[in-house]
Amino acid sequence: MRQRGPSPAPAPAPADPERAASVRSIAEQLAGVRGPLLPILHEVVETHGHVHDDDVPVIAEVLNLSRADVLGVVSFYHDFRRTPPATHRVALCRAEACQARGAEATYAAASDRWAGSTEVEVGEVFCLGNCALGPSGTLDGTLHARLTPDRLDALTEEWVR
Amino acid sequence: MSPVAWVPCDAAALSVGADAVAAALEAAGVTVRRNGSRGMLWLEPLVELETDRGRVGYANVEPGDVDAVLSGALDDGDRCVGVVDEHPWLARQHRVSFTRVGVTEPTDLAAYRAHGGLAGLERALTLTDEQVVAEVTESGLRGRGGAGFPAGIKWDTVRKASADVKFVCCNADEGDSGTFADRMLIEGDPFTLIEGMTIAAVAVGATEGFVYLRSEYPHAIRTLRRAIDIAYAHGVLGGSVLGSGHRFDLDVRVGAGAYICGEETSMLDSLEGKRGEVRAKPPIPALQGLFGQPTVVNNVLTLSAVPMVLADGGAAYAALGTGRSRGTQVFQLGGNVAHGGIVEADFGISLRELVEDFGGGTASGRPVKAVQVGGPLGAYLPPAKFDLPMDYEAFAAADAMVGHGGIVVFDDSMDAGAMARFAMEFCAKESCGKCTPCRVGSTRGVEVIDRIRAGTQREANLVLLDDLCTTMTKGSLCAMGGLTPMPVRSALEHFPEDFGVEPAAAEAVTDDMPESATSTPGGARP
Repeated sequence: MRQRGPSPAPAPAPADPERAASVRSIAEQLAGVRGPLLPILHEVVETHGHVHDDDVPVIAEVLNLSRADVLGVVSFYHDFRRTPPATHRVALCRAEACQARGAEATYAAASDRWAGSTEVEVGEVFCLGNCALGPSGTLDGTLHARLTPDRLDALTEEWVR
Repeated sequence: MSPVAWVPCDAAALSVGADAVAAALEAAGVTVRRNGSRGMLWLEPLVELETDRGRVGYANVEPGDVDAVLSGALDDGDRCVGVVDEHPWLARQHRVSFTRVGVTEPTDLAAYRAHGGLAGLERALTLTDEQVVAEVTESGLRGRGGAGFPAGIKWDTVRKASADVKFVCCNADEGDSGTFADRMLIEGDPFTLIEGMTIAAVAVGATEGFVYLRSEYPHAIRTLRRAIDIAYAHGVLGGSVLGSGHRFDLDVRVGAGAYICGEETSMLDSLEGKRGEVRAKPPIPALQGLFGQPTVVNNVLTLSAVPMVLADGGAAYAALGTGRSRGTQVFQLGGNVAHGGIVEADFGISLRELVEDFGGGTASGRPVKAVQVGGPLGAYLPPAKFDLPMDYEAFAAADAMVGHGGIVVFDDSMDAGAMARFAMEFCAKESCGKCTPCRVGSTRGVEVIDRIRAGTQREANLVLLDDLCTTMTKGSLCAMGGLTPMPVRSALEHFPEDFGVEPAAAEAVTDDMPESATSTPGGARP
């Protein structure tokens, strides 16, 4: 067979073999379902907190996809975060219904309060389906309603500033 | 015997502390049962105490109120709302799809059956597939995701297609701000959706189904998964649906935070494990849908109307509503509204009745400035337009859309120019990137609106915005880019002063509104 150019380089050895084994096991367990990539990525985030760049070739190999295919999917969806989460997570809704009840002020206050924090990350979401009781948001994954800056303060009192 | 109290397990109720109230009631020796929410969200947590008169409701209960609830100390005050079934806000509605939500325990299959559940599926199993589809066609049921496409016609296309495997997919990627009916139905009465999907499967000859449910709804995911397990255990799903010999397997797939996946073809790509990019049509999903096979794709509310259509007959459903909009619509009142929640009513109810009579005006007590109907891609309408009847055609004629039935109320502090800018900004953030008018147009739209608001060459930029809106409307592959001009143009038409524009100059831009309200990604389309 004629070969153009050098053979593709083999994937470098993973930096964290234990994690690679875990990701491989997740991928192998779910590989049989229809359209397995999203369920696999959800499970990786659930188990390991984020999708690391080193996870991509492992999943690609199990599913017989190119790394580009897997990376393309990872980067398309907001949920498949590529960096580890902070200790505490604030996600505030900035969609129209929450804006109508002052979500922008809450978001600005939260961004301000935890600017530069490594312990607390503030993110935005667009609609949590709690549109009659806004501004809505989640604190470490738990849904809260009527999140004024003051209420946010009270609810996160015990967090390290 | 210990008293029995009902405490909602709906996410909205939980967000205001329902779990703590349930725990406090249990600690006081009360038998606590969990229901979905009645949809009177401003009253949550709404605790219902079983009495001889019926279930008596107590509003905004906190853990510290438990003694007062049990001793009757609240009975004479405003916090006691009387027998909940007789509450005027509920009594004035016509609950068809939501008839059991808030009444039963969500995953109690026996209660589901006792309240009329499974009658539609049982009847469907006695009919031929052609007859089942004919009932749905006769009912006039149209896609509730936004486009309003007749469900019967779609089902018939899938039924007539020949393939080894066909699918039924439920679009529960309810990303539109101001819509939460899909979530509340799944959390409050998941068997209705399961039954509706099973009827669809029997009618079109599908053996596999998926519910594409957004990750922002963790409570709904849990409840639906539990309900599906119970349905399997009782033979409602699986190798032989209620002993009929029909196979139907159902699974929940969780979205991953992409708004565009509410557009049906991106949802299908996402289900296949790909980037959620919009597909060009044709081929239509009814013929080449999931994995290239014939696929029914319907919204949660469409499928949840089906059990009633089959149980009572298509004619009974068609008798409700107005014009070509038959049956009921589940409206959702959100945003700055005093009485937010679920209002299920026959089509034809006016916007004014919904916003003023049911909604009770704004939560802030200030005057209503505008409402946005149909999600982020719907039009902003001022109170002068509140006499519009909720009807697909009437709304389309007024350059607006019913969409998924979400109504977001704004008070007079709203800046319509900022909201128009936000519409473009949101489109830029959430565009799948496949077509240029949407991907690039939305970013340019933000810039042009900024220049108009800043007064930079305002006249010229208004012309440019008009041009851009036309390009996006006519040139986008799907409704996301195609309808983003709708909130922009309606905001400019009704509130030109928020852009610093004289009313006459705004007219030039708003003459050419998007003519066809197709479906929206977030509301989930047909």
